[in-house]
Amino acid sequence: MLRVITPVMNLIEIPFRGAQRMLGVPLIAWVFLVPNILLFGLFAFLPVILNFVYGLTGGTNVLLADRPYIGAQNFNYLLSCDNHFDPNTCRDDKFWRAVYNTTLFVTLQVGFMIAFALTTALILNRDIRARGFFRSVFFFPVLLSPVVVALVWKWILQREGILNAFLDWLNQTWLIAALSGVTTALGGEALDVRGISWITDADWAFFWSVFISVWAHMGFYTLILLAGLQAIPRDVYEAATMDGASAWRTLRRITLPLLAPTMLVVLILALIKGVQTFDEVYAFTGGGPGTATTFIIQYIYEEGFAGQPRLYGLSAAASILLAVVLVVLTAIQLWLNRRSVDG
Amino acid sequence: MTRTHLTTTALAALLGATALGAQAQEVRFMCYSDGNECEVYDDLLNRFEEQNEGVTIEVDTVPYQAILDNLPVQLAAGTAPDMAKVTDLGGLAEYYLDLTPHVDEAYWEENFGNTLDWYRGDRDEGIYGMHSQLTITGPYVNATLFEDAGVEMPGEDATWEDWAQAATEVRDATGVQFAMAMDRSGHRIAGPAISYGAELFDAEGEPILVDEGFEDYVAQFVEWHETGVMAQDVWGGAGGSTMVDAAQEFINGELVFYYSGSWNTGRMEEQIGDFFDWQVVGNPCGPDGVCTGMPGGAGIVGFDQSDNAELVAQIIDFLAQEEIYAEAAARTLNIPAHTGVASEGVEYQDVSEPAAEALNAWGAMVPNLSPTAFAYQGYPNNRAMFNITVERVSQAVVGELTVDEAMQRMREDLDAAMAEMQQ
Repeated sequence: MLRVITPVMNLIEIPFRGAQRMLGVPLIAWVFLVPNILLFGLFAFLPVILNFVYGLTGGTNVLLADRPYIGAQNFNYLLSCDNHFDPNTCRDDKFWRAVYNTTLFVTLQVGFMIAFALTTALILNRDIRARGFFRSVFFFPVLLSPVVVALVWKWILQREGILNAFLDWLNQTWLIAALSGVTTALGGEALDVRGISWITDADWAFFWSVFISVWAHMGFYTLILLAGLQAIPRDVYEAATMDGASAWRTLRRITLPLLAPTMLVVLILALIKGVQTFDEVYAFTGGGPGTATTFIIQYIYEEGFAGQPRLYGLSAAASILLAVVLVVLTAIQLWLNRRSVDG
Repeated sequence: MTRTHLTTTALAALLGATALGAQAQEVRFMCYSDGNECEVYDDLLNRFEEQNEGVTIEVDTVPYQAILDNLPVQLAAGTAPDMAKVTDLGGLAEYYLDLTPHVDEAYWEENFGNTLDWYRGDRDEGIYGMHSQLTITGPYVNATLFEDAGVEMPGEDATWEDWAQAATEVRDATGVQFAMAMDRSGHRIAGPAISYGAELFDAEGEPILVDEGFEDYVAQFVEWHETGVMAQDVWGGAGGSTMVDAAQEFINGELVFYYSGSWNTGRMEEQIGDFFDWQVVGNPCGPDGVCTGMPGGAGIVGFDQSDNAELVAQIIDFLAQEEIYAEAAARTLNIPAHTGVASEGVEYQDVSEPAAEALNAWGAMVPNLSPTAFAYQGYPNNRAMFNITVERVSQAVVGELTVDEAMQRMREDLDAAMAEMQQ
């Protein structure tokens, strides 16, 4: 094999030797870097710059040449509020509703996700029966397309869905009748577990959006935490056992502190991904009812590409504000990472 | 000798290929179907291909949402197909190909004179689109449920309140899920609002959207949702300006009164069959006796960015010919906008009795349509007004905003949209 490769590589080397002789060693590095820089610039930097320029323009034309420069008007429009905690007092109430929904969603989703992922990872790290099977089961939803996830859950939760059918059946069983007897005997009301319209009730729609998102992504974070748990040296646990440490103390004093760097990665990844939530929830509720599950990415999409007129400038400005938040989150991650590495 | 022969053969092949390339013309037609429209157009356009050697027409059938969301972006970016079936008739007018130089102007004026203006946008003349299906918004009613409930169906001049009361009685008596539902669409709610006195435009013809009549209907509409008369699943079932319909609930026999439009006739015919008796009834009236729906529909347009402008015009002209148009209307169960075809009457093919009655009922509604409804349909920026309506009324329906707040937001949204469009 090497006999074949070596002559080919020698052949390829000839022009580069020539180039190095002409340009010198420091400059030859650029010969290798320039193609990559050009491609990266074209597909990564240029869109970012264009997005920023769009954010400073107005009108409904898509071509930059036809769009008037309006300075920071789009940003002013988005940020203008009498009271930032009440969307109704904001000029663009839809933007602020999306901001609040996203904040609440990310807080709940990330919190529950890490709690469940950690619990699952701790269980799967033990020597339980069919461990490989359960690891696959928890990871399986990660492999599904977000739209498939949304449609499957919509099928379960719609008015005529499986969950309501189950609840209606349950409502007619002896169990509910017996429980109703107990509650009425205690002076309460009879128990009624009939199905409701889960997707058209704002609170339930939000709850299920969080639930589905946790269900769909938990496997990924479980896997990362599991890898972190397996990286903790066995002898530390053996020493703890010899010292007579309880399971709870071992968890608190050994597992969690040693898992902290991995948890940090999981936290930041989950936060960034949570802020970017769109496809699953959009396919599940369409952002409704009203704006109950409209998140920031959907706002950006609808202003720029689905609404009428298409406000590309406003959409670009909102995406820049979102980018600022994501950059701050990433900076925090880097800072915390550095701090934990430095000890 | 051999060398010369080979060179000559190669040259001949090259020229042949070039000539073939020059002759072969491909036209892409972006189409969506309410029923079987794209299938029928594909079949009709095969005839055009047979008559015009070297022409290939690719009918790309896409979801309706792609026509609303993707096509405008493609047009703005200069990557649109050659022609499309559209419903935002005035909103995309700036991109339309003027067919005038390639068609018989007198024929088009005579047969499509009523709808040509809808495609002109801000222009005063020109032929920019063939209105392929005239649609009217109005109600479908489950007659079997009325019969089972023993409730008399409201008559011709019945008001919205009459229908709401009757539909609720039927729902309660039969145990079905919903009394009334209306498609989640700014176009659909416009007819009832006009019946309640909405003017939508001021005396100078500038859009105002919200006035007393409009607010009255929205208040009533929101109340019907709060009291469970209207199905919450439709207007409360999505966010943004996404269109949601209740056709499946009606087809499943779970809905008494369904406010949609004539384009669903084919679907009702096909999917309800003899499951129950259904019928189309006249538009309910407002307090002052105005009983209007909204006209509308879809049209086939070519785009001026096409490389095959003349061919696109010929294809649309082919579809506009009386014989072809009549066949398309008959096979797709649509109301013709072609006055020649309309006056001759359409012999709808393989159509059941309820569908035939429904098509006649839709036709009978045309004279009752309000001039405001025609003006709204012809207004180039009506899509912006429809979207604002859907978003804000939905928020009122789910309780995020009061009706007053929703009306105030609609005024502000309209001002902002108009300002952006004028930049």
